[in-house]
Amino acid sequence: MDFELVLRVYPFFLEAALVTIQLSILTTILGLTCGALGAAARMSRSVILRSIGATYVSLFRGTPALIQLFILYFGGPQIGIQLDAFDAGVIGLGVNIGAYMTETMRGAIQSVDKGQAEAARTLGMSRWEAMRKVILPQAMRMMIRPLGVNINALIKGTALVAAISVIELTYTAQRYIGSTYKPFEMFLLSGALYMIIIYVVGQGIAWLDRKARIV
Amino acid sequence: MGLDFTVVPSYFIVLLQGMGWTIAITIGAGLLSFFGGIIFAVAALYGHWVIRLPMRLFAWLFMGTPLLLQLFLIYFGLIQVGIDLPAFVAGVIGLGLHFAVYNSELIQASILAVDKGQYEGARTLGLSRGQTVRRIIIPQAVRAVIPPMGNNMIALLKDSALVSVIGVMELTLAAQQAISRTYRPFEFYLAAAFCYYIINLALEAGLRRVERRIAASR
Repeated sequence: MDFELVLRVYPFFLEAALVTIQLSILTTILGLTCGALGAAARMSRSVILRSIGATYVSLFRGTPALIQLFILYFGGPQIGIQLDAFDAGVIGLGVNIGAYMTETMRGAIQSVDKGQAEAARTLGMSRWEAMRKVILPQAMRMMIRPLGVNINALIKGTALVAAISVIELTYTAQRYIGSTYKPFEMFLLSGALYMIIIYVVGQGIAWLDRKARIV
Repeated sequence: MGLDFTVVPSYFIVLLQGMGWTIAITIGAGLLSFFGGIIFAVAALYGHWVIRLPMRLFAWLFMGTPLLLQLFLIYFGLIQVGIDLPAFVAGVIGLGLHFAVYNSELIQASILAVDKGQYEGARTLGLSRGQTVRRIIIPQAVRAVIPPMGNNMIALLKDSALVSVIGVMELTLAAQQAISRTYRPFEFYLAAAFCYYIINLALEAGLRRVERRIAASR
């Protein structure tokens, strides 16, 4: 272990970790939005919306996120979409994880006992009212943990944008591996930063989950 | 520059070869992750602490960091210690180890869930500790986690695209090669996505068959 080297380069890794954190936050927001829309589409009464939702999930979960990112970033300009690498990263990863979050949210909503919806409708609530006042409050509690799993995968998934040259943690590690020939040191340094981010987020999700428990 | 998909068919063979390599990597890394997962799980549960402790550390590191970073470590790390593996082998090892750690977690939980009476019964019948684990516990524990391990296998197929970054010739790199000659990224990445989707459908169908067989044999 070359600690002197680690001490010399770590400020660059900290800076890169900030980019990874920004990417993770923005991707989470976009992913949750796509997930909510996707879940709503998949459970809608309209056949067209349902099949759009199902196609979205199937295509984005059925192909590699890296390829999706490449189509957007390298192929985008051909169809008039010119994004800088960071934005392409957020959009590509967000829409990708949104497909997984769609299924997570749908699973949680559908796991709420059917009797709840029936009872709410019997009490004279509209379909939307029953969803908003009865089903969702229960489903939200159940989706915190599985969404946490999605977010954990997403944070590690942000490494993919290194392939389109966004200067985040993995890109920085790769660059310093190339210039210092010290793969283990660079791996441990960037790995430690990833694990700190994941640990903090994990604690936050566990806290939310505890708060949301009724009993 | 608009879209022109007519260039794709002339690279059909290149993409097909890439597909072949992607399938080979998925099978190789899939086998490694399956058997590696079993070995890791047994070592983590029954091993001496000298084995257990570094094992825990390894699993913890591999589950907490991105696969892409691990691929860089394995590829460049091995070169640094003087082992110059072909990129293909490094890619298979990297992917295989990464998913072996995830499979090992599944199998460990499953081993602990196997009824204690099975262990006691086997020992009473005169089987040694090793025999009991190998012939009684492992088969039951592994069988119970085939469906979630199948999901890992599907994730592995898609993550195999990452090994293109360390220069393994597979579908993604094949598409990149075609792009470097034609400057048509949209068309070729879309074609690659289509190929992945097909392999993915086939893999899912195969896994469903395996699951049905296992359910039927119970």
